[in-house]
Amino acid sequence: MRSLRKRVSPRRHNNGEGTGLMAQVIIDTGNHVAGFACRAARAQVVAAYPITPQSPVVEQIADLVERGKMDATYIRVESEHSAMAACIGAAASGARTFTATSAHGLALMHEMLHWASASRLPIVMPVVNRAMGPPWNVWADFSDSLSQRDTGWIQFYCASNQEIFDTIIQAYKLCEDKRVFLPAMICFEGYLLSHTSMPVKIPNQKDIDDFLPPYNPPWLLDVENPITHGNLIYPDWYMEFRYFMQEAMENAKKLIPEIDREYGRKFGFEYGGHMERYHCEDADIILLTMGTMGSEAKVAVDRLREKGLKVGTARLRVFRPFPKEEIRNLARNSRMLTIVDRQNSYGMEGPLFTEVKASLYGREENPLTVGFIAGLGGRDVTFMDLETMINQSLKWLKAGRVEKEVQWIGLRK
Amino acid sequence: MVTLKELSKEEYFLPGNATCAGCGASVAIRLAFKALGPRTVFVVPACCTSVIQSAFPHTAFAVPCLNIAFEAAAAAASGVVAAYEQRGVKDVTVLAWAGDGGTADIGIQALSGAAERGTNFIYVMYDNESYMNTGIQRSGSTPYGAWTTTTPTGKREHKKDVPLIMAAHGIPYVATTCSSYPLDLVLKLRKAKEMKGTRYIQILAPCSPGWRFPTEKTIEIGRLAVQTGMWALFEIECGKFKLTSSSVALVDKTKRKPVEEYLQMQGRFANLTNADIVEIQKWIDEKWENYKKLQLDV
Repeated sequence: MRSLRKRVSPRRHNNGEGTGLMAQVIIDTGNHVAGFACRAARAQVVAAYPITPQSPVVEQIADLVERGKMDATYIRVESEHSAMAACIGAAASGARTFTATSAHGLALMHEMLHWASASRLPIVMPVVNRAMGPPWNVWADFSDSLSQRDTGWIQFYCASNQEIFDTIIQAYKLCEDKRVFLPAMICFEGYLLSHTSMPVKIPNQKDIDDFLPPYNPPWLLDVENPITHGNLIYPDWYMEFRYFMQEAMENAKKLIPEIDREYGRKFGFEYGGHMERYHCEDADIILLTMGTMGSEAKVAVDRLREKGLKVGTARLRVFRPFPKEEIRNLARNSRMLTIVDRQNSYGMEGPLFTEVKASLYGREENPLTVGFIAGLGGRDVTFMDLETMINQSLKWLKAGRVEKEVQWIGLRK
Repeated sequence: MVTLKELSKEEYFLPGNATCAGCGASVAIRLAFKALGPRTVFVVPACCTSVIQSAFPHTAFAVPCLNIAFEAAAAAASGVVAAYEQRGVKDVTVLAWAGDGGTADIGIQALSGAAERGTNFIYVMYDNESYMNTGIQRSGSTPYGAWTTTTPTGKREHKKDVPLIMAAHGIPYVATTCSSYPLDLVLKLRKAKEMKGTRYIQILAPCSPGWRFPTEKTIEIGRLAVQTGMWALFEIECGKFKLTSSSVALVDKTKRKPVEEYLQMQGRFANLTNADIVEIQKWIDEKWENYKKLQLDV
């Protein structure tokens, strides 16, 4: 939030001087903003099932559709599995498609997540991050979306409500690019963003329409031109289809910063492509986070910089495709990378920590790396916690050796 | 009425398909396509039809077809319907086509949801009374006493009554038919095509490898299923129950052939005891008592 306040400057609250936009600034929750973005993107079919903390997204859309404020068909399905199946049917029949879910809903969708990406359908889906049970927990962590890492979905992680809106619009642009044609999750943390009101600038619809032209699929279920989609395929062909998906992800990696810049030029909000950097240029230690922890990290960095410490932070915005090259760039200029995971891979470590190390492997000289697990099941991660992690890292950096590769932060004694 | 001569000469189920010899389901597909015509979108979950359509880069279907996961046919079809609605295309029939496993068992949630929402589509369960595509495992639609690979000594439970479950949803049209009764099948699909809302049709489709009968007996087996009352041909139109075709006369118990005639032709019933046969006959008679009541209720 703090970083957002800086970004939504008074200059942007006027009629969009210099941008030619009639901007409207609203103050609303992440969930409602996701619903507005769904309308702004002119989604034609929405199929969704309620789950805490995502429910207000679908309530918002139902309200917009029933009051005639949004021209879409809303299918009130009986499960998340059916939600994704219906999205697949709709997208395959030529409609721009939207759904949203959380935690167990996402897990129930798992099979259909594969089906959507392998069908190469550009479905966009907010995932309101929530911890997996048992025990039941409705609060934020990334255990839901990160367990879907290998489903072939692009994954964005947001740090503000403005970013939720902007990323949903950007995601349709990206996913519907003929070089990509993959679905995307727009992940944002339950309650921290989903139920927190923030100012958000909603651009003029005409400008969004210019940025995001109507859905024009390369294939669809068309009675004039009948095709069979998804039938049996033998081993002599299957691998090629999967290779095409890998290629599409690589293409997405190139397009994400381009689309972000284009969006920034047009609407005034830009997020650094794959990664938002803060004081990274001269930093000895870079704290790497995802989601709202990225905003807290800026506060921590500001406070430590006041003490003369050369620290910086980077917030990973895209987990798939994973920006290996960007991680290597961070490593080039720093002596230590401190990685914070809001999720754990049981029997290993935080998934972000693993991916970062894998990205660095094979370089001649690497910074030290250390991983922290924090904020599971909605436990607060404040700038003070992040300062503790940085201070700990500094000690090990001075010693030239990391004593404990992974540490869980804030555990009860 | 419709006669066989009147049926479209056009084939939408093409040569080169990968059916087993004597496949009842493939007869049903061919007839269903003829009844519905080319402006049909086909949605197929995991089932025999996933194989019947043949493998990439070929297809045996001359209508567009979306393959989808096992339990998801009705949900995916809901999406197709919504997209066509949004695009303003009105004269296209959306047909979900699933086996008994994909309908009575794993897919019943999505089907019930779609029916409750009044989704404007036709859902067909072609009923070969087992998971045939995976190699003859028991489904909720397998009859009492039948051998399957997961009921090696015979199933101990009766067949799930999906048509009446669907009728309880209050949908405008529920019908049962059989691949051995082409006119009945075509009439019901044509009638369904002209209606709006959720329409459910269950087609008994004898399966030679699964039921263990010679491949040339498919039509005969289907007829015997009907003649013994083991399977009834009926429709429930806007709540009104009506027996059709050869089943009309069979309300009179004496007109029904003894069930042994049907059972003895199939290897899957080879191990039935006399008590089992009595149990099956009793089940049939009770079913028909209910049909009689349903007919009178109108």
